Amino acid sequence: MVGIWTRLYESPLAMLGLALVLFWFALALLAPILPLLDPNTALDAFKLPLSTSEGGVTYWLGTDHKGRDILARVIFGARQVLFWTVLASAVAYVLGIAMGLTAGYLGGWWDEAVSFIGNVFLSFPVMVLYIVIISYLGAGGLNIVFAVTFASAPGIMRIVRALTLDLKHRDYVAAAQTRGESALYIMFVEILLNARGPLMVDVCLRLGYTTITIAMLGYLGLGLPPPDPDWGKMIAETQPLGSFAGHMAVVPALAISSLVLGFNLLADGLRESALDA
Amino acid sequence: MLKLAAKRFVSMILIMVTVSFALFVLFEHDKLAVAGKVLGPYSSEQQRLIWLDENGYDAPFVARYAEWLGELVQGDFGTSIELNVPVADVLWPRLGNTAILAAVVFAVMVPLSLMLGVLAGLREASFRDRTISIISVITTSVPEFASATLLTAVFVFWLGWLPGTSAMSAGFRWAEVILPAAVLVIYDFGYVTRMTRAAMIDVMTSDYVRTAILKGLPYQRVVFRHALRNALIAPFTVIVLQMNWLLSGVIIVEVFFAYKGFGKLLLDAALFGDIYVIEACTLIAVLVAVVSQFISDVGYMVLNPRIRFDKVRA
Repeated sequence: MVGIWTRLYESPLAMLGLALVLFWFALALLAPILPLLDPNTALDAFKLPLSTSEGGVTYWLGTDHKGRDILARVIFGARQVLFWTVLASAVAYVLGIAMGLTAGYLGGWWDEAVSFIGNVFLSFPVMVLYIVIISYLGAGGLNIVFAVTFASAPGIMRIVRALTLDLKHRDYVAAAQTRGESALYIMFVEILLNARGPLMVDVCLRLGYTTITIAMLGYLGLGLPPPDPDWGKMIAETQPLGSFAGHMAVVPALAISSLVLGFNLLADGLRESALDA
Repeated sequence: MLKLAAKRFVSMILIMVTVSFALFVLFEHDKLAVAGKVLGPYSSEQQRLIWLDENGYDAPFVARYAEWLGELVQGDFGTSIELNVPVADVLWPRLGNTAILAAVVFAVMVPLSLMLGVLAGLREASFRDRTISIISVITTSVPEFASATLLTAVFVFWLGWLPGTSAMSAGFRWAEVILPAAVLVIYDFGYVTRMTRAAMIDVMTSDYVRTAILKGLPYQRVVFRHALRNALIAPFTVIVLQMNWLLSGVIIVEVFFAYKGFGKLLLDAALFGDIYVIEACTLIAVLVAVVSQFISDVGYMVLNPRIRFDKVRA
């Protein structure tokens, strides 16, 4: 694992990815203590980037159609998007790992059942699955967590199951079995810890994709409720004004693209350094 | 091999039945809610009960499901609550529009990504390879609604070359297909390119290609006669499976550009609560996805001689 990190430091692209991800995480965490305007207060509407109000307040990225500061909204939007992305992915991973480990290690009817259910969910085009779940449950933060779990856990399950099938015939697993360790210990300690390399790559890719999903639901009007900013909703709200105020939608579009690019570059870097190791 | 294909076919049918049952449970287990959706939120309970009685909702749940499934198979999806016309009458033209969009996307994406993938994979770690790889990471990182925003800002509002909406209000115009198709191609081609590149590298470093080169065959002939043929098997399955991704992307793109396709129909139905349209669209989407999965599996078996001639596995 140490080797992987040093190799990662040597790849400029992976470092760029890490920098982008850390940049957005830092902004999201620090948003309440940064010297920002309130993201939901209406000030001067339709200000261009770098313009200054009468009171001497500078709108670095301008204001939107309701007069709210776009810089503050983008940064607080990062907070929203990243909070729900991390929470939803974490829940999906807990469920997906538990199902994948048990299906791969125990096998039998449990494996058949879990794999079939997984295949049913995986046969949906992802966005269609989201729309079905959200239109049944209604929009809202926790329902997004549910939807992401249903959509992601089967994919995670499939990866963990394949890794488990590969790892369970290794010598250290046989050694643990001879020692008389419990199945739970073998699954969650011996197998899971040794599967962490490939899983890390999947985590990065999936965080990127979940970010897209949450913003996408916001764009479609199935996401988090207003008025708190999220990047997808910011684009949806200001898209009709593009002919004269294009920056309102371009700013959040660039924000989400840079964050997802960060996750993907990091995943690429991790994959390559794992291959070289 | 036939046995394997038959097994896949059975699992495809099983998945379709499971999905249809899950949808029916989700949207129609609560009869009163169904009547409420159809008659509107201000209908009285008595009106709802009368409606349920008139529309055969007093039958037991499983019988209702069987009847619903039977009608589905015959192409009867019920009546749209929002539009008050048979769902089939809206669905088929919308699907046709989406098919046009998808056809354009595939026609551009497949040659583009195969070419880039082969070019990158022929010389691993060269400048050309690095450039192509970086471009494909960047383009797959920009979600559809973000690239749509950026492309619109440049080509519609700044340069003024293309229309910013694709509602086809003045009849079908190809100019209105360009942006939606471009957005989908940009998001999708990177993945296929990377898969093609990986397969190409695999083949170019294999023993038989090395043998062919050492034997003194011209390089071009090795690439075209020996390498490409085997390198394109893996991308074939990836390309067919792109159908599934395309059906996701198409929803966003159709909503963004107001293109009257199946994705926009599904989203509008979801926002309105038009359950019969949601059911129909979802089933069609899953059917397309499952059939493309089947084609990709069987196609892989047919194309890959190692499986085609493997009596033990088949």
